[in-house]
Amino acid sequence: MRATSLIAAALTAALIGLSPASLSPAAAEDGHGSQPPRQSWSYAGVFGRFDQAQLQRGFQVYKEVCSACHSMRLVSFRNLAEEGGPGYSAAQVKALAATYQVKDGPNDSGEMFERPGRPADRFPAPFPNDQAAAAANGGKAPPDFSVLAKARTFERGFPWFVFDALPFTGYSEQGVDYIHALLVGYEDPPKGTEVPDGTHYNQYFPGHLIAMPKPISDGQVTYPKNDKGESVVPETVDQYAKDVAAFMAWAAEPHMMARKALGLRVILFLIVLSGLLYYVKKKIWADVGGEVHGLQPELHKTY
Amino acid sequence: MSAHGNTYVPKSGIAKWFESRLPLVGLVHSSFVAFPVPRNLNYFWTFGAILIAFLGIQIITGVWLAMHYQPSATEAFDSVEHIMRDVNYGWLLRYAHANGASMFFVAVYVHIFRNLYYGSYKAPREVLYILGVVIYLLMMATAFLGYTLPWGQMSFWGATVITNILAAIPVVGDTIQSLLWGGYSVGNPTVNRFFSLHFLLPWMIAGVVVLHVWALHVTGQNNPAGIPIKSSKDAVPFTPYATVKDVFATVVFMILFAWFIFYQPNYLGHADNYIPANPAVTPAHIVPEWYFLPFYAILRAVPSKLGGVILMFSAVIILALAPWLDTSRVRSSNYRPIYRQFFWVFVGVCFLLGWLGAKPPEGGYVIAAQICTAYYFAHFLIVMPLCGLFETPTKLPGSILESVTGPGKQVSGAGMPAGAAAAPTTKG
Amino acid sequence: MANTTAAAPAGAAPQEGTRRDFLFLATGAGLAVGAGAVAWPFVSSMAPDAATIAAGAPIEVDLSPISDGQIINVFWRGKLIFVRKLTGKEITDMKAVPLADLADKATFDSRVKSGHDQWLVVYGNCTHLGCVPIGHQGNYEGWACPCHGSQFDAVGRVRRGPAPINLPIPPYAFQSDTKLRIGEEGGKAAA
Repeated sequence: MRATSLIAAALTAALIGLSPASLSPAAAEDGHGSQPPRQSWSYAGVFGRFDQAQLQRGFQVYKEVCSACHSMRLVSFRNLAEEGGPGYSAAQVKALAATYQVKDGPNDSGEMFERPGRPADRFPAPFPNDQAAAAANGGKAPPDFSVLAKARTFERGFPWFVFDALPFTGYSEQGVDYIHALLVGYEDPPKGTEVPDGTHYNQYFPGHLIAMPKPISDGQVTYPKNDKGESVVPETVDQYAKDVAAFMAWAAEPHMMARKALGLRVILFLIVLSGLLYYVKKKIWADVGGEVHGLQPELHKTY
Repeated sequence: MSAHGNTYVPKSGIAKWFESRLPLVGLVHSSFVAFPVPRNLNYFWTFGAILIAFLGIQIITGVWLAMHYQPSATEAFDSVEHIMRDVNYGWLLRYAHANGASMFFVAVYVHIFRNLYYGSYKAPREVLYILGVVIYLLMMATAFLGYTLPWGQMSFWGATVITNILAAIPVVGDTIQSLLWGGYSVGNPTVNRFFSLHFLLPWMIAGVVVLHVWALHVTGQNNPAGIPIKSSKDAVPFTPYATVKDVFATVVFMILFAWFIFYQPNYLGHADNYIPANPAVTPAHIVPEWYFLPFYAILRAVPSKLGGVILMFSAVIILALAPWLDTSRVRSSNYRPIYRQFFWVFVGVCFLLGWLGAKPPEGGYVIAAQICTAYYFAHFLIVMPLCGLFETPTKLPGSILESVTGPGKQVSGAGMPAGAAAAPTTKG
Repeated sequence: MANTTAAAPAGAAPQEGTRRDFLFLATGAGLAVGAGAVAWPFVSSMAPDAATIAAGAPIEVDLSPISDGQIINVFWRGKLIFVRKLTGKEITDMKAVPLADLADKATFDSRVKSGHDQWLVVYGNCTHLGCVPIGHQGNYEGWACPCHGSQFDAVGRVRRGPAPINLPIPPYAFQSDTKLRIGEEGGKAAA
């Protein structure tokens, strides 16, 4: 019996083995960016949590640099004070919102007007619409940041995609890895690569030619100092990229911490409940001489 | 199946009054309490219960999501994000619904392969089986419609590609397409009607599920030995024996479900669907959800548009013909040494088609997909008929009880109560 | 569901039966707790969402364009609110109404803010079944509801008809003599 299963398994394996190795076209490397290196994120994994200080730094980078071109239209000021986020106080958010002018209206005379922002307002966009954004940026509108951390990823291929789904080896931070890599990936093009006007060479961008010029450089954003007046983290592109990517991860998934915390409780509960049910089932089936065990008990019997 | 007559005896006056007017309790009792279950069922037989659980989960989470969702081309994407951000536990409802669809398909594929391995499709269960194929088709339609609703890039381009597939149907294709679109392209009327249809189809699934269970009630369950219940010792009453096993298996399956909801909620989706629909830009790799990938591979295996479409639909339709293509009188592959190996090759080919469906349609991938597609159909059209004719099955057990205990041994405790009127949970 | 009434096998020790019962009870309780916990997110999701709550922040109303006797409509949290500038006659008449004549007894002073006798701020839906009463109609210088005939006086007290109570007063405060803030009272936001 076992031998026949083995033959079947071997046949299947042979069929599977055939294609990836020998049939796949030339390595997909050219035309695509190289694989972004994996970073260590505080919020990865089952017990992952956002680092509030990092989210605040990331928001600072977004506010001072990225927001000049990139909108974040689904995020409201009030979100910054909500649980599981950067942890600003309600008063800080109110003050921050008031520094923005928000379009409102129409008023009683039918006109639109500007007023100071309120916590309930969404982040104001740098351009009035997509067309204006495209026109001001060489024909291509800079993407909105609200869910960008979930909208970007890269393929890890077989068998890695299997490990990425599993407990302990699971990983779902490809999006932020890519964002970080993109920000640090600006470099001189290799010899012989033509970089047309309006594009820039980036190691990690699919196709390498990206419309966005290098957006940030070392020391551009001054982070708050600690009590002794020292920098807490280096003011480098690498650090800025990590911080803003973390901020974008939060913006894309503001309830991530609540989700992971609830998940742990749910899964532990289900494990205990299934344990109880297992014994209940065993007891009940004992009345009829016990249950059949295993998936295929018949295969191990002969008649 | 003489053992499962209506054994429900109403006790109170009200129950008697009601039962004589509508024998509903008796129906439920005979289907889910006194119903005789072969005692040798393994865990693959719990997936029917798991599927019912998921139909319930999808309908309930779906109804709740519909309280917050806006079916319009301009509002849909933002309303989904509104659910994710602002609605209390909205993220939980949405992730449960999105991953619930995937888990539903995981369970249905186990259910289908179990059916194929143990020959459950063979007489007298052909109608039961074809109703199952109908449910599967409805599930595919529902899943496709649901995937378009967030109105991201994959939603939009998935809707575009699939409606273009239908346009390949000769004569009426263009009409069907424009009726689905409600315009000259995929747009606002499309998402609005897809929402309506996505809400409708699950209720149709629920209706066919009732028929499926009804047909099961008539024929009884198949079992790993593939032989019918011959005596009351071969069976146990559905409640509590099958009930407790089904509940246990369902709760274990929920652990997998919870893992995806809480820790890998976007793993089975596509990152591109977090980009709002843009009719001017097609995503670099446009692939369907994982559960459609084998059919997508078959579709692309043929260079002709119409040919691919015909082949893809045939791949589902041919399932319904299995009862007549399989010439073997032995149901369970446990006693079919040759066919069993072909079965596992077939499973491997299905997985391989799934993998190929996710790959770009170029070079070796296309050739591999063509080979696999040919094998897929050959399994039904060549292997099934010929295996039955030339294979010598191994000896079948004399009874279901014997398949559990081995020949000539006794088991402590009884199976079904011998008298139809006896309470099913007492010992006979 | 586990059949908790299943009898212990005949001849089994009583202790075995107790353990078995406990196991069944614990499992049944676990399933019940699980089902209850699953129901909670569904119920909770039907409550006003975070965006709705945030959008219910207090609003400001400029009183300067309102003339004597005029009623204006404003909306706060999607609810209609009447802001009415009372005339001198209306104030005198309303102050003179004996409490005994009222179904829902409320003095004039309890209907307005002290020092701002001229201004009445009330919710604009009839307390019977929610229709909008029409201003300056009926026999009491106030509102008359077209649906079921309830009548309110100039400070929104019910005087006739099926309405059980006076038009309720939303939380509000005067920022200045010409500026009203609805949704906040005494510096505290409404719940």
